[in-house]
Parts: sequence; C-alpha cells; structure tokens
Amino acid sequence: MQPATIELKEVSKIYRIGHIEVGAMRDVSVSIQSGEMVAIMGASGSGKSTMMNILGCLDVPTSGEYFLEGENVGRLGDDRLAEIRNRKIGFVFQTYNLLPRLTALANVELPLLYGNGHDRRRRAMQALSRVGLADRTTHRPTELSGGQQQRVGIARALVKEPSIMLADEPTGNLDSQSTEEVMAILKDLNRREGLTVIIVTHEPDIAAATRRVITMLDGRVVDDREQT
Amino acid sequence: MNPLVTLRIALLSLGANKLRSGLTLLGIVIGVSAVISLMAIGQGVQQSITSRIESLGTNLLFVQPGESVQQGGLGGGAGSAATLTLEDAYALVDPVFAPAVKAVAPEIRANGQVEAGRNNTFAQVIGVTPEYSEVRNAPLEEGDFISQGHLNNYSQVAVLGETIKDTLFGNRNSLGQPIRINGRQFEVIGILESKGGGFFGSQDSQILVPITTAYYRVSSQRTTHGEIGVDSINVQMPDIGAMDEGMTQVATVLRLRHRITGEDDFIITNQQDTIETLEETTNTFVLFLGAIAGISLLVGGIGIMNIMLVSVTERTREIGIRKAMGAKRRDILVQFMSEATLLSLGGGAVGVLAGASVARLLNGRPLLGNSPMETAFSWDIALLALGVSAVIGLFFGIYPAMRAASLHPIEALRYE
Repeated sequence: MQPATIELKEVSKIYRIGHIEVGAMRDVSVSIQSGEMVAIMGASGSGKSTMMNILGCLDVPTSGEYFLEGENVGRLGDDRLAEIRNRKIGFVFQTYNLLPRLTALANVELPLLYGNGHDRRRRAMQALSRVGLADRTTHRPTELSGGQQQRVGIARALVKEPSIMLADEPTGNLDSQSTEEVMAILKDLNRREGLTVIIVTHEPDIAAATRRVITMLDGRVVDDREQT
Repeated sequence: MNPLVTLRIALLSLGANKLRSGLTLLGIVIGVSAVISLMAIGQGVQQSITSRIESLGTNLLFVQPGESVQQGGLGGGAGSAATLTLEDAYALVDPVFAPAVKAVAPEIRANGQVEAGRNNTFAQVIGVTPEYSEVRNAPLEEGDFISQGHLNNYSQVAVLGETIKDTLFGNRNSLGQPIRINGRQFEVIGILESKGGGFFGSQDSQILVPITTAYYRVSSQRTTHGEIGVDSINVQMPDIGAMDEGMTQVATVLRLRHRITGEDDFIITNQQDTIETLEETTNTFVLFLGAIAGISLLVGGIGIMNIMLVSVTERTREIGIRKAMGAKRRDILVQFMSEATLLSLGGGAVGVLAGASVARLLNGRPLLGNSPMETAFSWDIALLALGVSAVIGLFFGIYPAMRAASLHPIEALRYE
C-alpha cells in the first residue's frame, strides 16, 4: 500500500476569543490516498472550513500532526507554507476569486509567478484548454459566465500540476447546468489523471458524485464512508 | 519573481486607478519641480551676485579705518575712526615700499539731498579721485570724469549715476545743468554707464564729486590734524596673483605712516573675502529655498503612503488570493514597494522636467526688481531630486507594503 497523500493525526484547531476557547477541530484523524475523490460534508460551523484551511496549508493546527506527501507541514513557517501551497495544492473557491483586472490567461498564470515559473504562457494555455476555455484567453472575468469563471478557477488550480485539489463549495454559486459541467471536469481530472480531489460542500448531490464522504459535526469527524 | 514581471504587475495596478495614481504622482511632481526650480533660481542669484562682484574687479583690496579705541568708552565699530587720509592713499602708490600696488582710489562717502529744478532725491554722494573710474570699473556713458584740476580747485562738479540722472532730469539733457547737493550748487559733467541693480546700493544711484569738494563742502567729518580724511581706499593690484603680496605691502606702508607698534588702526579686506562671505550667505539662502521645497516633497511622500494604505485595504482579497497561490511575504512586500517607488520615481522624473522648464522659462526674466534673473539648472540637483524621490517612495511605501505582506491569507480571502 502506497503512503497516504494526506495524513491527519489527532489534529485540533482551537481559536481563542478573549478567554473562551473554541475548538473548531477536535482530534481529527483522517488519511486520504493519492487519487481519491473525497467530499467533506457538514453544516456551517461543523469545522469543515477549518479542516479545509489546514489541509490547504493556509493555517496550521494547534495540536496534532499533518503529513502532506510524507512531509510534516504542521509546524512550518509562513514562507515554507506558501511554497507548499504553490507546489502541491490547487485551490478552487466558491466565489472563484479571480483577479478582475486580469484576463483569463493572466489569472491562470498567477501561481506560476511565484516559485519556479518557466514557460508560463504555454502552461497556462494548456490548463485553459483542459477546462475547455482555449478560446476565452483574453476575456476578463466580468466577460465570462459563472460556470466559465469557475472553469478558469480550476485551470488556475491545475496549472502547477498539484498533488491535491481543494475545492471549497465549488458549485455553490452556479446554476444546475454549470454545476454539472464543473463536476464533470473535476471527476474527469480525478479519473483520467489520478488527481486527488477534495470537495467541501453541504449539498448531498455534490457529495453523491464522489466516492468517499467524510461528515463533520462540531469539529469532529462523525462519519467516513466509501460510497458504492 | 523576476523584476520585469514585478514592474508589469505594478504598472497594471497603478493603471487600474489612473486618476488616483495621477493625483498621487502630482504631489511628487510639485515637490520635485519646486526643488529643482527654486534651487535653479537660488543658484542663479548666487552666480549673478558673484559675477557682479567680480565685475568690480577681483584684484581689489579695500582699506578702511579700524575700530576707534577710546579709553573707558565704547568702541565705535569698524570704519568709525578717522585714521585714513588722502596722503595715506597716495603713499600706497610707492614703487619702493609697495611695488605690487597698481593704483589707488580713495573715497569719502556721504549722503545728501539732491535737487534739480523741481525734482529732488536722496542719494549717496561719493568723493573720488580721477583714478576711481578705472579702479572701480565705472566707465562713463557720456561727458567727462572728475579730473585732477577739479580736485585742486575744489570744483563743484558732479558725475551722476543712471538712476539719479533719470530721477532728476528724465529724458532731458543733463550735461552742463546745475544741481544742488545739500544746498550747494554743482554742475553735471558726466553720466556713469548703467550697471544694473546691485544688492548693496547700486552704483546707478550714486553721485560722484571730487574728493576735496566732498571733504570741505559735503561731508562733516574732520581730522584732527588738518589732513583730508577718507572713508576707504580701493587698492588695485595688477592681477589676482599679487593680492597677498599687495596686502602685506599696504599694511607695512600704513603701519609705518601711522607709527603703529601694536594694534592696527585700519582693516584690509579683499574682494575674494567678500565673495566668500557672500557665498556663505547665499548658500544658506539656497539651502533654505531647497528646504521649503523639500517640505512639499515630504507632503507628496505622505500622499503616496496614504494612497498605498487605501490600496492595500481595497486589495486585501487580491493579497489573499496571491498568498493562497503561493506568494510569500517578500513577494507581496516587493509588489507594493515597487508600486510606491514607481509612483515616486515617475513623479520625480516628471518633476525634474517640469522644474527644468520652469527654470528655463524664468531665465533672463525680471522677477525681483528690474534686473533680469538668471537661473542655473544643474544635473546634480536633478539627480539628487530623483534619488530623493526614490527614497521617499521606499520610505513611505514600506509601511503599507509591510501591512499587506503580513495579512493572514485566510482573513484576507474572507475580506469583503
């Protein structure tokens, strides 16, 4: 059995608000293999966003350990975390988070500006064609539909060829047709290219499209099952 | 990140808000152009003062009576003692004791009410000898200068400066006309060439009369021993190289004549000293101008800081996105610093051009009084101003940039 891509060991994240401690994640132990497609479900306040931030190396756990491809990333400094985000993680956001002044192509190039970024134009073009937007390179986000913007977002997450793709409510702002398109792309990336995809969502429909669903409640994992 | 990409990102961000960037730029433009043009004016004034003094001749020594020392009384200040005489002056043209001296021009200064017909004015009346014209470089516009004959006869004749002539006679012919100085009648025999306004009493508003006439008819000073006392002696050397030698010789002759063993009762200054003193003064003046302009540059810098802080707040989300994509603190820092520096350097470059154009426009135009002002644009100052504006960009950019760089990615992404 190959080592897990993601290995969370008794991870807790505790926020301090004044004198009150709030446990957003409590003793979460999860391991996710390379090539899995996982949904993390839960109501708001269940800790799934905190989990997402920790998995995405945007934040570090208060206690416990997080191994990403065998590397303990739970104790790294800001700059090392930025490097790991750049190399290993592709983010897809609910609100797309594209830079409005940049063209689709320039938005996709963004991760290539940081870290090693040779051949930017070509790689960005390639990522855009993978999401079927090769003909929209010079459009700005405001000139694209929601579904197209989210596909640009996926292309941007892909461009560095990351180990995992983290999608935070990727279809939350989309109509049903765009939702299908986006989900199809994510599934395709997972199946054909073996990309590890983690989707945070509260919609059962979306979760149903994945093979494994992790359900959270009050900062704990209450259910973790493979779907048939 | 490579510098070219950084520059492109900075230009793009600045270009997204053209009016705001333009106004911020304007603050620096005004500051830098004020520095450049005021310094150019200051240096121009300095140069013209220096050259005007030099036009009097740099090979001149001035001998003045020293401070009068009175037992138990108050000192009267330089020039207050009546120790120099006409005889002293002529004794300085001595091929044996003072071979370095070429010529001397003693003078007596007085003030007088001058009238011609119904016009009258108050003027400085200077008693001079025939050598004055050449030693003090005061050529005639028309008529004749004061001669030895006039001196011998205590003639009541006068040579007028241009301004005095205009005041008293306007466009009318003045040669041969009578004027009254302190009630005594003089005849106008010549008009001096105009030299333009000086900074310490223009030569154009002086009246020259024979030194003997001045002593007996105009001035009220008298020496105790019946000789003609003078207020100062201009001593001319053949060239600048002979100045030090001349100074020693003049001092020796005067000490011998005055039988001095202790403190000198005269003071010798030379043109070079005067220029140096003046340059010190005008340097202060130029620096002062620069400092005032510098304040506006500082205000421009604060404008940059202000707009960068606004920009950081507005672009919090962008910073969050960039950080999520792997931008390190340094990347964000460099990005915002380069925007600030681009603003200040761009403003600096435009400001240098604007300042240089202002200096050029003002060059040769009368601004203060009626004499044309010269301006001196210098590349040193331009480069300095550019350097300073770059430093201002860095200095005022660093705080907003650090704020941007230290934003937490999660909070920045959540920012609405």
